[in-house]
Amino acid sequence: MKKTIFVITALITLGIQAQTPEELGLEIAKAAEQADLGFNSSTVNLKMTLKNKNGQTSERSLTTKTLELHEDGDKSLIVFNSPKDVKGTSTLTFTHKVGSDDQWLFLPSIKRVKRISSNNKSGPFVGSEFAYEDLSSQEVEKYKYKFIEEKGSLVVVEQDPVDPKSGYTRRLVTYNKDKGYRFEKVEFYDRKNALLKTLVYSNYKIYKNKFWRAGTFVMKNHQSNKETILEFSDYDFNVNLSDEDFTQVALKRIGG
Amino acid sequence: MNAIKKAGNAANVFTRSWANFVIKFKWPVLLVTLILAIGLGSQGGMEFDGDYHVFFSKSNPELEAFDALQEKYTKDDNVIIVLSPLNGNIFTKENLTAIEELTAESWNTPYSSRVDAVTNFQHTSAVGDDLYVDDLSYETSLKTDAEILEIKEKALKEPLLVNRILNKEGSVTAINITVRLPGENLNEIPGEVTPFVRNMISDFKEKHPNFEVHTSGLIPMNTAFFESSMNDMGLTMIMLIIVIITTFILTRNIWSTLATLIIVIFSIMSAIGFVGLMGIKLTPPSSVFPTMILTLAVADSIHILVTMLQKMRKDGLNKIDALKEAIRLNFMPVFITSLTTVIGFLTMNFGDVPPFWDLGNITAFGMAMAFLYSTTTLPALMAVLPVKSKARKEATKAGKNWYVGLGNYVVEQPVRLTIISFLVIGGLTYLATKNTFNDEFVNYFDETVPFRTDTDYIRDNLTGIYNIEYSIGSGESGGINNPEYLKNLNAFEDWLNEQPEVIHVNAFSEVARRVNRSMHGDNESFYRVPDNRDEAAQYLLLYELSLPFGLDLNNQINVDKSETRVTVTVDNITSADMIAFSNKGETWLRNNTPEAMHAIGVSPTLMFSKLGFRQADSMFKGNIVALILISIVLMLALRNFKLGLLSIIPNVTPVLVGFGIWALYKAQINTGMVIVFGMTLGIIVDDTVHFMSKFLRARRELGYDAKQAVVYAFETVGKALVTTTIVLLAGFSVLSTSSFALNSYMARITVIIILAALIIDFILLPSLLILTSKKEAVAVEKVKEAQIAFDK
Repeated sequence: MKKTIFVITALITLGIQAQTPEELGLEIAKAAEQADLGFNSSTVNLKMTLKNKNGQTSERSLTTKTLELHEDGDKSLIVFNSPKDVKGTSTLTFTHKVGSDDQWLFLPSIKRVKRISSNNKSGPFVGSEFAYEDLSSQEVEKYKYKFIEEKGSLVVVEQDPVDPKSGYTRRLVTYNKDKGYRFEKVEFYDRKNALLKTLVYSNYKIYKNKFWRAGTFVMKNHQSNKETILEFSDYDFNVNLSDEDFTQVALKRIGG
Repeated sequence: MNAIKKAGNAANVFTRSWANFVIKFKWPVLLVTLILAIGLGSQGGMEFDGDYHVFFSKSNPELEAFDALQEKYTKDDNVIIVLSPLNGNIFTKENLTAIEELTAESWNTPYSSRVDAVTNFQHTSAVGDDLYVDDLSYETSLKTDAEILEIKEKALKEPLLVNRILNKEGSVTAINITVRLPGENLNEIPGEVTPFVRNMISDFKEKHPNFEVHTSGLIPMNTAFFESSMNDMGLTMIMLIIVIITTFILTRNIWSTLATLIIVIFSIMSAIGFVGLMGIKLTPPSSVFPTMILTLAVADSIHILVTMLQKMRKDGLNKIDALKEAIRLNFMPVFITSLTTVIGFLTMNFGDVPPFWDLGNITAFGMAMAFLYSTTTLPALMAVLPVKSKARKEATKAGKNWYVGLGNYVVEQPVRLTIISFLVIGGLTYLATKNTFNDEFVNYFDETVPFRTDTDYIRDNLTGIYNIEYSIGSGESGGINNPEYLKNLNAFEDWLNEQPEVIHVNAFSEVARRVNRSMHGDNESFYRVPDNRDEAAQYLLLYELSLPFGLDLNNQINVDKSETRVTVTVDNITSADMIAFSNKGETWLRNNTPEAMHAIGVSPTLMFSKLGFRQADSMFKGNIVALILISIVLMLALRNFKLGLLSIIPNVTPVLVGFGIWALYKAQINTGMVIVFGMTLGIIVDDTVHFMSKFLRARRELGYDAKQAVVYAFETVGKALVTTTIVLLAGFSVLSTSSFALNSYMARITVIIILAALIIDFILLPSLLILTSKKEAVAVEKVKEAQIAFDK
């Protein structure tokens, strides 16, 4: 694995044009996936701040649990801690490398789990500037790739979503190849190929000497001038979660 | 009296030396004015702004309220594309597929942020514990006939679609494209959005000839504003031709016609320079300035040239002497009329509608420059051009007799004519009060404009174009999920739906009801707002998670979830009814809901509805100022306080008559017409000045009695007044052909007012002059010593 990274890094730095930009892009995406392999599971607390054009804000707080899977996409569980009236509401998501993801929602008010049979993942996540597709697990199979440019340690790759229902025509992702291919910036282009949003990652920390996690995500919508800030805290990579923690039963238990 | 006499003499000396100077230094004068005109013209820039926001001043409270609402939610400029399949049924596989394709293509509209159509409507349904939220018709081409039938049934039952996106019969549907303009340059709509949409529609029509297509919405309205500005600018060419013909007929001289043309072109170039220097963006009302300036400026030249040619033809003076005499005689009247016209146009600044400030300022500047060029470039040109004096002509005799005849007729029955005049004016003044304000912006355009006919079609076949929005607060963060709030909101929605003028209501309570029903297995008895706050909040969260890109609730719910937006679509109703309806809604909220939910109605429709009233209120002061200033100018010019006061009657009554006749013609007045009082006052005062000054001259210098003086005035200025009136009528008649009602109505009533002014100056004014002169006939006789009137 380390070897692969080395080879690709060498290829890029040496500027050998043996590959097409598409192949190179895919290699980089795979390298990024590789670099993040093996974290197994994690939990993190998340504060989401929504800001409109006038600077009025609104906050939500959530806890996210993630379970790494290799054969298929990751599983994740999000619990809302505030606002008060949605406290305990939680979502369980099985990302799939191919096809639509599965998603369930637990509603504590009626103590029921509802399956969301929607192909829609391009809409805003709880009124924020993040779409569900921006937050879900970044599986390599979900995009087509094209290498754009390299500037120092930064590599820019264009990613075209495979899903026709995506809200984007493409994203421009800036990777930092010296820091485990972590994301530095993502630019989102809407269906008419106009720049819609920019997501900037900052306050990176490295966990377990390997896994880079940004402490802050700032998503700026250029068309509406609205902004959403995600602040992550208390990353925990030692929780040892398993499949049993990502079931409908677990969903009910956690929410209730 | 001595001081005045001195002043009069001084003025006379001044005009003489002015004429001498200009003629002596004709080449430098020509060069300097040419450089001035070209210099100003080179600074010119003509940019058009079609945004309806330009009609509202920054401090306009309705605009502030509306902008605040748009900031809170989303800014919704839109294009509505209305599709009517010829077979009268939306719900066939072919038709739905075509609609789905056009919907997908609509997403490519520049700056689009949302596209609503029947096919991508987010239909919610439940099967067991699964919640389905999906496009009503996705991949329609793969659907079976039974599925299409099912889609039809769902669509026609959907309150969010029927009367908004779909008609009750399912024969007409709309695609609503919401556009979020950055507002960084003027080309966004005319250069990007509109061409894209037009192309898309023409491609669609080619591919699907079985559809009739109509478009409306705020973007097409902006385009219509933009295009009507350009069209009205085009009227300038027609007016220019009329100017050439009129000048030629009146002067019967090719060189005079050429000189006049140069003067008006210089004036317009200077005005264009002013537009560029001041950074004014042209709008439909202000884009008529070239025609205005042409109309008003040409009169200056004609007065001077007609006198000059008369002196050459009749009195046998040589060119230079005739020219000097023409300047001496006309300098002050031209100055006075220019001054009053400038005052009249400048009073538009008192109003509350920025495009009219621009119109007033550009025209005032153009008129000031026209005065300058008429008194410098014109004589210098005439001194240079090879104008030859021809044999005397007797043709004018017959015309003159006619004016004398009219004068004699008037002086024989001043009392009778005064009484009749006042009865007619009184009657028409009463009628004038019957006019009502109506600023329905759709009616700003006549039926020659596609925006108007398309909008009428949409109103007749699908939905309303006018709306009112209320942002209803809950008073607390997340409070929109409070059952109390939802119940009140629901009651408001129900109440609105009961109102006869309401076509459609879009309220968050509908979303709450729909989701509640879906959460209970689509059980109709749960089609009501949830009665538990946590439930409502969690349902909303679930629903929001299920919506796709661009079809979220951000246009309906604020960031804090403390307020929601209620959009009421209403039928085409008059401005007054619109305001009344909005107030009715506000009152209902006050009487039936807690304080946090009280809201005021806002919308572009409402802004336009209130615009006329606001303009009328603010222009009232301006009109009084214009009247006072212009009366003072008259008193000074005539050097007579009493006649100055008397002049108010012939200056004010034409406006009353104009609005009285308007009540018989249309009875609806718009924002454009509010300005006519100040504007026409500055123009029609011309007639009064000329008539009264000749009357005074006959009394003071020639020692005539009032009756003789009136006949003298008719004889000397009758023709000149008719001539200028004809030029003015021609100019405003050209403007009255505008397809834009703010301009055409304004021009039409100005035509009536100018005509009424001439009639009043020929009938009522002389009668009044005779009646008021009787008592002091002896006194006046005493002051027989010749005074130098400013315009012999």
